[in-house]
Amino acid sequence: MVKRTNDKSSASARTSGAVQRKTGARDRLGAWYVHHSDSAIESLLRLLTTPIQSLLTWLVVAIAVALPAALFIGLLNIQHVGEQWQNSSEMSVFLQPDADEQAVDRIRQDWAGRSEIARITYISPAEALAEFRQHSGLGQIVDSLDRNPLPGVLLVLPTDAASTPAALENLQAELLDEPLVAEVRIDMQWVKRLQQLIALAERIVVALACLLALGLVLVIGNTIRLAIENRRDEILVVKLVGGTNAYIRRPFLYTGLWFGLGGGMLAVLILALGLQWLKVPIAALTELYQSHFYLQGLGFIGSLQLILLAGLMGVVGAWSAVSRHLNQIEPH
Amino acid sequence: MIRFDNVSKRYANGFEALRQVSFEIEPGEMVFLTGHSGAGKSTLMKLIMLMERPSNGQIFVGNRNLSRLPAGQIPYYRRNVGVVFQNHQLLFDRSVFDNVALPLQIAGSPANEIGRRVRAALDKVGLLEKERQLPIALSGGEQQRVGIARAVVNKPALLLADEPTGNLDPELSAEIMTLFRQFNEVGVTVMIASHDLTLLKQMNKRILGLAEGQVVHDGLLW
Repeated sequence: MVKRTNDKSSASARTSGAVQRKTGARDRLGAWYVHHSDSAIESLLRLLTTPIQSLLTWLVVAIAVALPAALFIGLLNIQHVGEQWQNSSEMSVFLQPDADEQAVDRIRQDWAGRSEIARITYISPAEALAEFRQHSGLGQIVDSLDRNPLPGVLLVLPTDAASTPAALENLQAELLDEPLVAEVRIDMQWVKRLQQLIALAERIVVALACLLALGLVLVIGNTIRLAIENRRDEILVVKLVGGTNAYIRRPFLYTGLWFGLGGGMLAVLILALGLQWLKVPIAALTELYQSHFYLQGLGFIGSLQLILLAGLMGVVGAWSAVSRHLNQIEPH
Repeated sequence: MIRFDNVSKRYANGFEALRQVSFEIEPGEMVFLTGHSGAGKSTLMKLIMLMERPSNGQIFVGNRNLSRLPAGQIPYYRRNVGVVFQNHQLLFDRSVFDNVALPLQIAGSPANEIGRRVRAALDKVGLLEKERQLPIALSGGEQQRVGIARAVVNKPALLLADEPTGNLDPELSAEIMTLFRQFNEVGVTVMIASHDLTLLKQMNKRILGLAEGQVVHDGLLW
């Protein structure tokens, strides 16, 4: 009797066949695990026997991963800056040049009672002039003026609840009703524009990442196709002595995984070096703007996710190649 | 053990390799398949191994209808059929031991059992002391014996051999045939394709003669 030995049903299906081997489910699970670890180790060692070739593939993968990741990091940082600005939805209320101090005090006390306003700071014309002299670098010109051209300013910080665009516009209109007020400026408009630009850039980055991921799958798929061709004889023999497709597929899937993971790690390295390289000029730039901005990288979790994602792409690429080419190799 | 019912095989190029072939082989039999090249010996072997499917007719192996066997079951079916090839089909990048161990690794045997069975099979073919060597370092006869060890390591109920002595001198051929006879004596059904008439005479077993895709002889040597 020739009996099949099925992975799932063999334990119960076998009743006769004295010359047949008996392999229990536990042994099979053990063998399955052993074949996984063997395939993983062996495919990695195989890659290391052709170091230059493998390194080139890893570099291609790394570039395809690092490019969208770098754009993503850039976007993340711009968003971060935008958020910082968005939080300061402060209004600058410019007063009439001839407003006297007592009238201004009255307005301040009046407004401080409003529920939408969290804080009011007054900058008198003299203070404004001093600040301008200090920071603009135009001190001499200021000195040459015979009178102070700057108006007094009330910096009005709305509460968080009143920081929605509609509430801010409402407040702006109400503050303008005060006859002493010349102008109320909100810096929200361009923050809105920045957000729209970021949303646009986000889509471009996602589209680019998708294209590069596709490229990654194709590159790894092609590399795996060559590996399959190189091991054609072995695949034929394995098929003839009863190797399942899963068994034959396994080492190639691990090869894809190693290409992906290795490329992902290289990409993280490239990104870290790039960020390090940009850190000094960006620090100098933010110094000029008196900002506390610092360049954010991917972080540990983000880097790990990037590496795992690259590994997944590698497996997907290997799978696509294996499913296309393995069926073409049949013993004849 | 093996039953062919009006089996025909026509290849895509129109060549008719087998025409209405019918025969039956009992479990534990040892049968030779002979005929000129192109007579259909290899096609018949390939049909049993499910490397080809018949155009017509049905094949039963161990009461299993091969035409009803789904593609996913083919690997499990093949694990119970040992095959020996003329060109050995050994893997030259791994040792003799690893070559013989391949069917057991695929079937998922535990490591200690693999070691025991591989050494038993190598001992049987007289190559136990060469288990660490690469096949390339062995002679043609030794390579063929490694192929036989790989075919029987799984203890299959059916052993097929396609021209196993094709490249060997008469003395080595006789040795190989003795091995097959020994396997047959412990109950394995053996089917060997060969056109070596002197060898067939020596063995004195049932012979299926093929010519132009048809069975023209069935019985002892004519």
